[in-house]
Amino acid sequence: MAKELTPQETLRIDLRPPKQDWMDIPVNIKEGIYCYPAKPEKIECVDMPNAHKWSPVEEDWGLPENWKEIFLEGFRERLDKHRTFKIFMDICVRCGACADKCHFFIGSGDPKNMPVVRAELLRSVYRGEFTKAGQILGRLAGARKLTMPVLKEIWYYLFQCTECRRCSLFCPYGIDTAEITILGRELINLFGLNINWIQEPVCNCYNTGNHLGLLPHTFKQNIEFLCDDIEEFVGIKIEPTFNRKGAEILFVTPSGDVFAEPGIYTLMGYLMLFEHIGLDYTWSTYACEGGNFGFFTSLEMAQRLNAKIYHEAERLGVKWILGGECGHMWRVIHQYMNTFQKPVDSLEEPISPITGTKFENAKSLKMVHISEFTADLIKHGKLKLDPSRNDHLKVTYHDSCNPSRGMGMLEEPRYVIKNVCNHFYEMPENTIREETFCCGSGSGLNAGENMELRMRGGLPRANAVKHVHNKYGVNTLACVCAIDRAVLPASMEYWVPGVDVAGVSELVANALIMEGENERSVNLRGEEIPGRAPKEEEAQEDV
Amino acid sequence: MAILVSLGAVLAIVVIALIGAQVGPLQYLLGILVPYAAFAIFIGGFIWRVVYWGKSPVPFRIPTTAGQEYSFPWIKRNRFDNPVKLWEVLVRMFLEVFAFRSLFRHTRAELRGGNLIYGPSKWLWLGALMFHYSFLVIALRHLRFFVQPTPEFVKTIENIDGMLQIGAPHMYLSEVMLLTGLAILLGRRFFAPRIRYISLANDYFPLFLIIAIATTGILMRFLFRVDIVGVKELVLGLASFHPTLPDGIGAMFFIHVLLVSALLAYFPFSKLMHMGGVFMSPTRNLVNNTRMKRHVNPWWTPPKFHTYEEYEEEYRDLMKEAGIPVERE
Ligand code: SF4
Ligand code: SF4
Repeated sequence: MAKELTPQETLRIDLRPPKQDWMDIPVNIKEGIYCYPAKPEKIECVDMPNAHKWSPVEEDWGLPENWKEIFLEGFRERLDKHRTFKIFMDICVRCGACADKCHFFIGSGDPKNMPVVRAELLRSVYRGEFTKAGQILGRLAGARKLTMPVLKEIWYYLFQCTECRRCSLFCPYGIDTAEITILGRELINLFGLNINWIQEPVCNCYNTGNHLGLLPHTFKQNIEFLCDDIEEFVGIKIEPTFNRKGAEILFVTPSGDVFAEPGIYTLMGYLMLFEHIGLDYTWSTYACEGGNFGFFTSLEMAQRLNAKIYHEAERLGVKWILGGECGHMWRVIHQYMNTFQKPVDSLEEPISPITGTKFENAKSLKMVHISEFTADLIKHGKLKLDPSRNDHLKVTYHDSCNPSRGMGMLEEPRYVIKNVCNHFYEMPENTIREETFCCGSGSGLNAGENMELRMRGGLPRANAVKHVHNKYGVNTLACVCAIDRAVLPASMEYWVPGVDVAGVSELVANALIMEGENERSVNLRGEEIPGRAPKEEEAQEDV
Repeated sequence: MAILVSLGAVLAIVVIALIGAQVGPLQYLLGILVPYAAFAIFIGGFIWRVVYWGKSPVPFRIPTTAGQEYSFPWIKRNRFDNPVKLWEVLVRMFLEVFAFRSLFRHTRAELRGGNLIYGPSKWLWLGALMFHYSFLVIALRHLRFFVQPTPEFVKTIENIDGMLQIGAPHMYLSEVMLLTGLAILLGRRFFAPRIRYISLANDYFPLFLIIAIATTGILMRFLFRVDIVGVKELVLGLASFHPTLPDGIGAMFFIHVLLVSALLAYFPFSKLMHMGGVFMSPTRNLVNNTRMKRHVNPWWTPPKFHTYEEYEEEYRDLMKEAGIPVERE
């Protein structure tokens, strides 16, 4: 942030729109809101066009001469390829039902963050450039021409939308501003205007297989370090395998969980769970990223990054694929992957080797969510659990946007949590399940330079957490998303100090009674579990 | 500005019709040619627009899921908010089209003392529902002018609609509801700051137009009685493509007809096409079975990606050193 705003200052939000028409308010690209532009070499690395150095706050964005043509040509092409785009450009009645559904509008009061206006930014160009009425009536028909200031405005607000689809839920015609943002971002990527926080992971993921650019040995080492931690805290030695041919299952999860807190605890949770049930699975250092920042760049890029999963599954000869906790990863897997990629004949319909359950809902794609998998294990009594180890936790659950509005996985994680934690409290109903609020930093907006935007966008979620924090003393925010784990701690620290963020699989592993484990006096974070301090130590202290 | 221009446009239509109605030959234009032309534009434009949409494929299955997915038999799923079968999606669409289900979810976000509160807000839903249903009923009631003898169901609708017997001659329930609905919808645009902020002339114009249509329609039955027999003769003639122009119908009728014609001709080129679009919206009319069934994208192209072979080629030494199995030593 340019200057750190206190929560009180940030909260001075006026949700009433200004007097002036939005078309008359020139865009003002603000520090703390925008993200830094993509580095040219990160764009070239995946053969995307028009890599160049530029800055959003400078007058000249260094665009090619014919940028307008490129934009309009691209626009037309996308209208022809996506019925959604045409319909969403044509039928909005501006009823305003979506206006106050966006976390960025609620947290900023910026009227252009109302989903309807965000879409109108592009729609006005559509009318002005492509429709007769717009060309003749101009402003009166809500139309305008594409100019540099208009492009800048579109760019600025494309990166203030986390593609969460909350607006789409409330729209009487299902107009999905996320879809408009996705296609709008494709357009600005035609002349190299991506942000670096998205482009660099894309480039890394393309080359090394993961967003962080971890090389094969580092990826393996990091997981082995976590195994060392497990040995220290749990007393069990786990030796996972990598790129192992002939394993039954390939496990893919976001790489964020391989190295950063608190995601690593979730990853430790996976390791322990699989060890506990004796799962025949392998990690891959090649297909080692579940997340897909390509999705925030263009659908083509999403497809290119996503291709690795099937490619690797085929090479290793696994039967099916298990996916870890991640939000947008599951939007891509659930709604796009089976269209992006050709089926792999060697894969089989997924069946849990432990319970024999057929995962009917994944029978064609052959990819199962870890929460589905775990819920099934618990239902069949295959996990030995001691939920009282989580008794010091008062837990609430944050539905990530994508698993809820782009998949509908609402009950499975709740079922798991309720079986491993004794104290579970729901946030208010307008803020959970299909109506859930975004963490505020999704779709590649989890950079550092846009912290003000993130805190504003995170307000509605945080505010609901605050409600249960005050009311029930909730101190743990559970989630099934790596971006959540990366960004919600900052949001909690800012808005609701005293609430930790934990992946569901971390909570599972803390409750898991493993064969040969120690007395489990500390959790996976190495923190003492209240009331479980080992007796000997106390005795020693007495001496 | 947007308000004044829209209002001006509607008034202009009224004035034109008023003048035209006084001039014999123009009556022919207003009563016969314009309605034909408007109707042709409406039908042709509607089809054109739907075909235009339909020409673009739906490459991905991206329904907005609004409830529990299909997973295990022991997890209760939400069939209609997250459908996986065709009939389930039809129910979802039915609820969307006939009950405005998504609008019903509407809440109002407010920030009070640092706390966000989401209160239920049903005005939009109510106004929209009243407006659309009464409009439908009124349109159906008008069938009595187009078909001879009047179909039974039209009579039934009339009877129900007229049940409340408000005033004399009876005000129809649908008329009251239509005006109330319109008042709510227009009132929001006038008085709710956010809605006013996003409203365009394209939003005011159809509202004013329909208000004018409803008003002239009601006036015809109360203040400026028109010759109903003549009207029926004219409309039946239009419907059977043997148009005749009876004498002495009354100016109000021509105003009404020109306004309706304007609405019909405007329809296909405006947001009013949401009537067709709501059926075609891919976030609502698709089943959520993408992991169960492969969906093919007509413009699919194979992805250019970094293959495993290339990857191993680049990192083979590192992999070997770290004890990661490789394809070629
Ligand atoms: S809810 Fe839908 S129709 Fe209404 S303003 Fe928003 S996008 Fe437009
Ligand atoms: S998708 Fe989410 S972030 Fe984007 S406009 Fe809609 S509500 Fe806002």
